[in-house]
Amino acid sequence: MKTMGRTDLPPEQQEALKKAIGWEWFTIAYTAVTITVVAFVVGGSQAMKTAWIEDMLSLIPQFSFLIALLFIRRPPTRVFPYGLHRAMGVGHLVAGVALLVVGGNLAIESVVGLVRAEHPAIGTVVLFGTTVWLGWLMVAVMVVIMIGPFVYGRAKSKLAPILHNRVLYADADMAKADWTTTAASVVGVLGVGIGWWWLDGAAALFISLGIVWDGLKNTRSAVRDLIDQRARTSDEKKPHPLAGTIVACVDGHPWVQRSAVRMRDMGQVFHVEVFVVPLKMRVRLDDIERTRQRIAALDWKVQDVVVVPVATLPDEADR
Amino acid sequence: MARQHPFARALAVLMTGIVLVGCSVRIPSDPDGTLDRVTGGTLRAGASPDGTLVVVAGDTVSGPLADLVEGFAQTRDAEIVWTVASEESLVADLEAGDLDLAIGGVTDASPWSDRVSLTRGYSGIDGAGDRAISVLLPQGENGLQTALEQYLDAEVGP
Repeated sequence: MKTMGRTDLPPEQQEALKKAIGWEWFTIAYTAVTITVVAFVVGGSQAMKTAWIEDMLSLIPQFSFLIALLFIRRPPTRVFPYGLHRAMGVGHLVAGVALLVVGGNLAIESVVGLVRAEHPAIGTVVLFGTTVWLGWLMVAVMVVIMIGPFVYGRAKSKLAPILHNRVLYADADMAKADWTTTAASVVGVLGVGIGWWWLDGAAALFISLGIVWDGLKNTRSAVRDLIDQRARTSDEKKPHPLAGTIVACVDGHPWVQRSAVRMRDMGQVFHVEVFVVPLKMRVRLDDIERTRQRIAALDWKVQDVVVVPVATLPDEADR
Repeated sequence: MARQHPFARALAVLMTGIVLVGCSVRIPSDPDGTLDRVTGGTLRAGASPDGTLVVVAGDTVSGPLADLVEGFAQTRDAEIVWTVASEESLVADLEAGDLDLAIGGVTDASPWSDRVSLTRGYSGIDGAGDRAISVLLPQGENGLQTALEQYLDAEVGP
């Protein structure tokens, strides 16, 4: 028998994957530039520092996506009989925990700064022979780099559902919310400009809580996938409709009395177990194999399918 | 119609506040209003002697760096009251708000930067050798720092 599951993709997904890889590299290049530019203007502002570190953290999802791709392409082997799809989940978990830890650290740092009433010092720089307040430069830089995430966040959020890729979805989601970080740092710096020193710490706290929130969401979602919750849509809003489609398809076969599925998300593809209560005591092997093939033809995500004849359906399986 | 982000409203309110205040004050301003108080008033300056850079003789403070501070005070129409002490005492006075600035043989790599604000380093001040000398300021009095750095840029060059 040929190997179960699949590691190649249909044309539409291949196209989307190619675009996603392109956008991930673009994001990495763009972020590398913004990190470098911000390094020159970060100064004594806690909000700027926090936004800067957030920029660095935002690279993790791209790298974990690209690295995981190298693994999930490998076909299943005897050592890894389910393939290496879970590499995506591991990357997701790493990204989530990193966000959580660093975000928490930054949140504490900004609270301590606020409690100690540390007044942020932002001096001047000499630009083309004139002395300019560094704060203006910070604002200018942040306003310019605010644009990027809108472009690539939007592009990636269109690709994520096509590929059913959780890491890509989380990445796009964070990019789309990135403008709040940038805007908050601008508010913090302008606050310092008019003498409201606390606005800098408050902005830093806002940004770091945003990072913590992203970390919580991602860690939660990665852990739930890794401990095999039933497959959900790529935005995680509802159970994946494929489970219902499969049950309806299987129920339509003449040898089937009742059926139910257990379907888990392996990262980009699903692993499906179909439980069937047959009409008669005897089941033909042909029937089982044909049913299995019909299910595999339903969607590119469901290729790793087993059909199990049973006396009664397990309660936890989807009907 | 575009979705209203919950953060967008808070941001708009804050921005309006900043613009309203920003129109009536100079940017950057001091949280504690040091520059406004000094202008036309007294500049409380601290000095810690350092070779020929800052020379203390009796009640008078002189030397090239002290002259620069005198020059800055003149542009702000301010009288200088000198306090002579060790660097650490001057830093403590700056933190406590008892001084408006302090000078000594302090460079831009000074470890005091945790507790006070340092101006950019200025090399080429007589008596400093090849050191890049900074002036110590209270933390976060950015209006004062900007005014002083502007003055020093014009006098000694960046």
